[in-house]
Amino acid sequence: MNQQTAQIDAHSAPNHERSPGQPVNHNEDANHALSIRVRDLNLWYGNNQALKNINIDIYQKNVTALIGPSGCGKSTFLRCLNRMNDLIRSVRVQGLVEMDGRDVNDAKMDEVALRRRVGMVFQKPNPFPKSIYENIAYAPRMHDLVSRKAEQDELVEQALRDAGLWNEVKDKLQEPGTSLSGGQQQRLCIARAIAVKPDVILMDEPTSALDPISTATIEDLMDKLKKQFTIITVTHNMQQAARVADYTAFFHLGEMIEYNDTRMMFSNPHTKKAEDYITGRYG
Amino acid sequence: MQTNQIFLLFCGVLLALGLAAFFMARAKATRTRASGTAMYAQPDQYAWFSVLITAGPAVLVSAVGAFAMLLLGAEIPTLYLLASSLAIAAIGLLLGLKQVRPDFHARQAIERVIQGILAAAAMVSIITTLGILLSIVFEAVRFFQMQSFWEFITGTIWNPGASFLAAAGRGDEAGSAAQFGSVPLFVGTFIITLIAMMVAIPVGLFSAIYMAEFAPDRIRTLAKPVLEVLAGIPTVVYGFFAAITVAPIVVDIAGVLGLDASYSNALAPGLVMGIMIIPFISSLSDDVITAVPDSMRQGSLALGMTKAETIKSVVLPASLPGIISASLLAVSRALGETMIVVMAAGMRPNLTANPLEDMTTVTVRIVAALTGDQEFESAETLSAFALGLVLFVVTLALNMVSVIMIRRFREKYRSNNL
Amino acid sequence: MSQSFDEITAQLKRRHRKSARLKWMSMGALILAATFLVVFIGDMLVKGLPAFQQAQIQVEVSYTEQSMQIPPAAVSDEARSLVSRGYLRLIPGRMRDNPELMGTTRMEWVLADSEVDQYLKGHYTRLSESHKRAVDRLKEAGRAELKFNTRFFTSGDSKMPELAGIASAAVGTVLTLIVTMAVCFPIGVMTAVYLEEFAPDNRLTQIIEININNLAAVPSILFGLLGLAIYINFFGVPRSTPLVGGLTLALMTLPVIIIATRTALRSVPDTIRQAAFGVGCSRWQVVRDHVLPLSLPGIMTGSIIGLAQAMGETAPLIIIGMVAFIPDVSTSFSNAATVMPAQIFTWAGEPERAFTEKTAGGILVLLAVLISLNACAVWMRKKFERRW
Ligand SMILES: Nc1ncnc2c1ncn2[C@@H]1O[C@H](COP(=O)(O)OP(=O)(O)OP(=O)(O)O)[C@@H](O)[C@H]1O
Ligand SMILES: [Mg+2]
Repeated sequence: MNQQTAQIDAHSAPNHERSPGQPVNHNEDANHALSIRVRDLNLWYGNNQALKNINIDIYQKNVTALIGPSGCGKSTFLRCLNRMNDLIRSVRVQGLVEMDGRDVNDAKMDEVALRRRVGMVFQKPNPFPKSIYENIAYAPRMHDLVSRKAEQDELVEQALRDAGLWNEVKDKLQEPGTSLSGGQQQRLCIARAIAVKPDVILMDEPTSALDPISTATIEDLMDKLKKQFTIITVTHNMQQAARVADYTAFFHLGEMIEYNDTRMMFSNPHTKKAEDYITGRYG
Repeated sequence: MQTNQIFLLFCGVLLALGLAAFFMARAKATRTRASGTAMYAQPDQYAWFSVLITAGPAVLVSAVGAFAMLLLGAEIPTLYLLASSLAIAAIGLLLGLKQVRPDFHARQAIERVIQGILAAAAMVSIITTLGILLSIVFEAVRFFQMQSFWEFITGTIWNPGASFLAAAGRGDEAGSAAQFGSVPLFVGTFIITLIAMMVAIPVGLFSAIYMAEFAPDRIRTLAKPVLEVLAGIPTVVYGFFAAITVAPIVVDIAGVLGLDASYSNALAPGLVMGIMIIPFISSLSDDVITAVPDSMRQGSLALGMTKAETIKSVVLPASLPGIISASLLAVSRALGETMIVVMAAGMRPNLTANPLEDMTTVTVRIVAALTGDQEFESAETLSAFALGLVLFVVTLALNMVSVIMIRRFREKYRSNNL
Repeated sequence: MSQSFDEITAQLKRRHRKSARLKWMSMGALILAATFLVVFIGDMLVKGLPAFQQAQIQVEVSYTEQSMQIPPAAVSDEARSLVSRGYLRLIPGRMRDNPELMGTTRMEWVLADSEVDQYLKGHYTRLSESHKRAVDRLKEAGRAELKFNTRFFTSGDSKMPELAGIASAAVGTVLTLIVTMAVCFPIGVMTAVYLEEFAPDNRLTQIIEININNLAAVPSILFGLLGLAIYINFFGVPRSTPLVGGLTLALMTLPVIIIATRTALRSVPDTIRQAAFGVGCSRWQVVRDHVLPLSLPGIMTGSIIGLAQAMGETAPLIIIGMVAFIPDVSTSFSNAATVMPAQIFTWAGEPERAFTEKTAGGILVLLAVLISLNACAVWMRKKFERRW
């Protein structure tokens, strides 16, 4: 904690020499406590290098958006943060991903414990083939977060409320999760993720499979959730990044080209490539 | 003339007519086309159409005639049949040639005929099922005319021994009347099936879990063919193994434990049948487990679940309908399995729950009833069909339920593909 | 504030242990299944390999007028009980075929009695002590040996184990399978083509489809009942023949071939059909010239698997009487015949130990053929597998 405070002081000072992972400009209203620090991260799928020397500081209780053309490594990077890449056999990772003072890729780090603290919401809603209630109660029960039935009910309700789904499903908690609409399913998945009380929530294009109204609902939700959680989201939608994110990182061909305060990124990007991409001249 | 000669003559003339039809029709079509008339079809298609219309009806007529003569005993002089079918062929030839007209869709006509032939082939499977059903039902009804249905379903004594005397009209001479109470057979079948399932379901299911979820690719590519080999071993071989190797081992082990086991105990065929069914369950379960979308697993792992928890709480419940369906099919196989029990289980109907005793099964009694030297009309022989009917109905029901369950399973994952 | 990594990791210990347990259990199950296979094959090898060897002894055979009348007189009293009686019975026939033998006396290697054979193989035998000593003496003199058992592959069934062979059953199997494939391959492929490419999606089609699935799950013994009641009793096809056996197995194999062919047809992508329709091909032309050639490997693979299945089938054939005792090889479709699995079944029921060995030997041959067939199918599937 102390160390993080120290960093805020260091970087709110103008004209200070920037360390590699910091944004070009700092968002004035943002909280600058460090959540995840990534240094010199390289990743290969077999012989194909998908991430090249990524450096980035992710701040707590902010929304950080990752943008960039298709195939530039956004999802790959996101999966590095909770080691979902472990599931892909050909993957080789090098470099530092630090959270809470610990190297995430360290052999001693238990990836299950990591995923407890770094939750994830996927592009396509993937509710379990269980009831709405069970979809949410399942993980907290396994993690011993609840001991009594009443506690569990309360937790389910809270998660559904936080995800803005409670009013729509409170009368049909026992119906299968798959019976909901796409947007509802995605909010159920968000509720499921926040029910285990993680620190960070990773979202990989959470709205790309949804209609505009559901998308707006989820954007509002992200705005609310950032009071409790650190959110990192991937999006192909520039307006969405501009609307919800505090910080935006632009990826291109496996490299992170620019990391900046969102307003600055969209009004006055630092690099030519980012400017071209944002203005739609590229990608 | 000999039948063989008639047959050769028929084939020869038909071949000649067919060739004539082909070449004449083609020549005519080519000529028409050469004269500048646009035609709907190619000359070859007209040619084939003529061949079809020449040979088809003739073959059909002669086949029907031969069938009527041989089986229904109709008195048709062979020469008449030959002459009439060849006449039909000749008429067909003329008709075919007449149809070589520019405005005739020869191609469509051919296609219709071909489609008809294909559809007829597809009917064979229906006819087979009907054949099984009718042959069994018909004989079973005859059995139930001799023996009471109620007695068959609820009786506990199966003693067909005296029935051949009754069939020979000497029923009164026999000391005891034949009895056909099938309960001991069903109990025996049930117990052996139960033993088999107790081996096959856990081993098969866990093997499938290992292969689908844990095994490195190398082991998977090795284990799949091994299981296929197990699945390809004929049941008669398993039967020999059960009778010669496993049954004595069971007796020895029971002896060590101070128990008394028969050499045709129910345990040996049950265990071996279980082994036989392992690959069946494991490959079907492997299919359904791998069919569970990966997004389910990732969703669970991303919540901080361990792999085993993911499997137990997400993957297995999701694939449960498929697994149950596989198990039902396996039960149906075990019920109908014949060779293992014929070779390793007992012949004596024995109403007991002790798997170390000998007991007999439905299939064993079917074989026993049909391999003796009895008259086909005897109640014992016909009892095989009554037992067969029960077997058919039960396996059919199991199969139906299993098909419905697997369809549900598939639909569940289709509907979620937003 | 949520829990730290260390707290969570500590809580996870127990759960990880459970997870490992599932992994080991499931691995154990697979190992168990593999062990079954190893034990089973090992047992068959131990029991069956000796069948490929047969004891022969060298004795003096005198071809005289007397041995023509009373064959056992051809060998000395001492040797008589050690020589196969079945073999002695063949002597007059050989003398008739080779008249120059008459009046000669030769030292010859002749087939030993099966008890001698079992004794030489170190199995239990009913041989008396004095005979055992006689065999020992012969063996020391190099006049009793185990030699490769050609007869096992060239002769038919016999009541004497030393003479029994699998030839008639093997030929019966080939004949039966020829009938089976001749019937079910064309019908199966045509059915599949109809269902995949032509059939309208109506009630009848659905019934046919459900029916095929059900047919695949009908216990094989019921096909025997069908064969008995319909082919034999109704149509009068002769009992015990490759014809009736083949027809019965054909109905059983039909669903296998239909299902395999349908899968193969379905794996041909629709784009190919559309392309062919696009250049003006009719439906049948598309199927004949494009779809069928592309799916042929799949159809062949399925047919080989169906063939292997039919080859190992016993139960329905027992019902239609194909367990007959067939000492001579017959190549007619309408003579009584037996097939390999049925031969195995009959031998398994013989009380003599020597037959157990023959049974296991027959099993080894059958398994070798079946495994080669299946391997061939797997190889074809691999080789022609195409990703579209
Ligand atoms: N499982 C995998 N195996 C091999 N290569 C992969 C795998 N997943 C991704 N890649 C490669 O890694 C690179 C980055 O992919 P990634 O999915 O991270 O891109 P992305 O930025 O998320 O794209 P999109 O916007 O389309 O989701 C791509 O070139 C891709 O081909
Ligand atoms: Mg992506």
